[in-house]
Amino acid sequence: MENDLGLWAVPLAVVGGAIRVSTPILFVSLGETLTERSGRINLGLEGTLVLGAMTGYATAVLTGSPWAGVAVAALAGALFGLLHGLICSMGRVNDIAVGIAMMLLGTGLAFYFGKPYIQPAAPDLPAIPLGGWSSLPQVRSALNVNALFLIGIAAALALAWALRSTRPGLILRVVGDSTDAARAMGLNPALIRTGATALGGAFAGIGGAYLSLYYPGSWNEGISSGQGLMAVALVIFARWSPINCLWAALLFGGAGALGPALQSVGVTQGYYLFYAAPYVLTLGVLIATSSPSRALAGAPGELSITK
Amino acid sequence: MVVAEPTMRGTGGALALVRRAEPVAIPVLALVAGLAVFGLFLLTQGRSPLAFMAHVWQGGFGSAFSWQNTLTRAAPLLMAALCVALPARLGLVVIGGEGAIVLGGVAAGALALPLAAMPGPVGIPLMALAAMAVGVVWIGAAGALRHYRGVNETISSLLLSYIAIALMNHLVEGPLRDPASLNKPSTAPLPEALRVGDLPGLSVHWGLVFGILACVLSWVLVERTTWGFAARIAGGNVRAAQVQGLPVGKLILGFAALGGAFAGLAGFFEVAAVHGSANASLAAGYGYTGILIAFLARHNALAIIPVAILLAGFDASSGLVQRRMDLPDATMQVLQGIVFMAILMSDAAYGRLPVFKAKG
Repeated sequence: MENDLGLWAVPLAVVGGAIRVSTPILFVSLGETLTERSGRINLGLEGTLVLGAMTGYATAVLTGSPWAGVAVAALAGALFGLLHGLICSMGRVNDIAVGIAMMLLGTGLAFYFGKPYIQPAAPDLPAIPLGGWSSLPQVRSALNVNALFLIGIAAALALAWALRSTRPGLILRVVGDSTDAARAMGLNPALIRTGATALGGAFAGIGGAYLSLYYPGSWNEGISSGQGLMAVALVIFARWSPINCLWAALLFGGAGALGPALQSVGVTQGYYLFYAAPYVLTLGVLIATSSPSRALAGAPGELSITK
Repeated sequence: MVVAEPTMRGTGGALALVRRAEPVAIPVLALVAGLAVFGLFLLTQGRSPLAFMAHVWQGGFGSAFSWQNTLTRAAPLLMAALCVALPARLGLVVIGGEGAIVLGGVAAGALALPLAAMPGPVGIPLMALAAMAVGVVWIGAAGALRHYRGVNETISSLLLSYIAIALMNHLVEGPLRDPASLNKPSTAPLPEALRVGDLPGLSVHWGLVFGILACVLSWVLVERTTWGFAARIAGGNVRAAQVQGLPVGKLILGFAALGGAFAGLAGFFEVAAVHGSANASLAAGYGYTGILIAFLARHNALAIIPVAILLAGFDASSGLVQRRMDLPDATMQVLQGIVFMAILMSDAAYGRLPVFKAKG
């Protein structure tokens, strides 16, 4: 019985897959939570994710260090977020439209500069074998957890605490809930929002580095295919709470892992429909959690998509 | 304003002209600024911006052949841009036109076998209607979700677009696959009678005429009918429109559905006039270029015509530019991204440029 788990392999593979697939979604949605809590929406994180994947991969190839790749990806993401933030601070500029433009520009730049890096192999980010206690190889592989996933959990907890109980967290929430109140307190809303967007971009960049440096672990032009957008949509589902982002990301990771898991036990029908599952699930979740009449619980007051 | 009238009378005509020039001048300046930034980008890459523009001219506008290539690409872009511009008049940012184009094309391709025995004048309109119906459902769904459930239409339409492409791959590689299509899974090829031909004397298909017609009709609808007037009010201030008793929900559904119908029609022409069957070539990015065109045209349906032809020219020249200048195929995407950013930044310039300020 040791190595043949039968259908039990499916839930185990889904758990392992959920942890593997969820990490980039977790990072993007944490970054977007931070940005949206300040009252702005950055739809361009899909572009930032792809750009982070490319810069992270290229840096890892050139320096041989995957962690340098993560750092450069975070920097690239922060710069991109800063650009979004500065443009949106110009007044009368629509933050949703700027996000669409940045999606186009981010993927364009990533494909442009990433072309020479499709072939060479980069060193992977290290994984921590938390399943060493088990003799089952399936359990061991499911619990082979990447360090970035653990960092993501720590970041979610830290962000939740910072938003609730620290001065910067309070300032961010005030700016997000009421521009007038923030001005009355002597704060500069545009500056704080720009900072929050830059920090959010850095998170998305790290998510991108995870994609290219760990799972799937290579750089190509189809690497994200909408994961950044799904993560942005999930923030609404997560009600702008970092802890909920973690659960939402795990749920989506599991949905994304279902197709490959079923395939591995011999179910191969409708491959392309499984591929659509995460998008359908995201849309379903959006429909279920939105409301036409009342303001969404937990929504920042200045956020354009919920006004 | 009334007080200022007498002093302005002398220069009134000229001033009015300058004021009316603002919505044209600012996007043109933004386009030039975007191209200039892209030129700097090319310089950092060790390429000459002048050579780039020369190649774009040669590949897009320099000869009768390149004009035909440009106009063929302009046809789907006109309709894709309307799919963004029409809902935008109501304040909706719909970016999922790509999905409606793809599924419209699949709907047209799926009818190749059932309509094989039909004469062209019957079969072709049926295919076009089917493609438009699919577009109506796809983009109309984003509008309905926005109206009835408050779901953000930008996110939902893009998600629907990803779903559409997955659905197309499933259908084209599975139930609708023509067993004879070995290298590139496709639907069964359309019989000759069901193909849309070229305009007389040109090698540009009829989609261009329908695209221009769609733009003109959309302009009339938005600018010259009560429906369009109501939509513009609702787009300016939805509360005011509701207080006035305007049917905001019907307007949102109607404009989104009409935009979707045009995008579906673009997919129909791509299949019936260009590819001859539905396959993965349908997801060629026309829907995304259409977003940029609509924003550059400030969602004015008539302005879409020249802007779409301009961007189609860039698109048509991209192969030449890549080969001659040894640039990656994402170069045009970088250009589009930079121009898009420039045009959005220019929104901040309205009413602030000293040239356009009233001096009275």
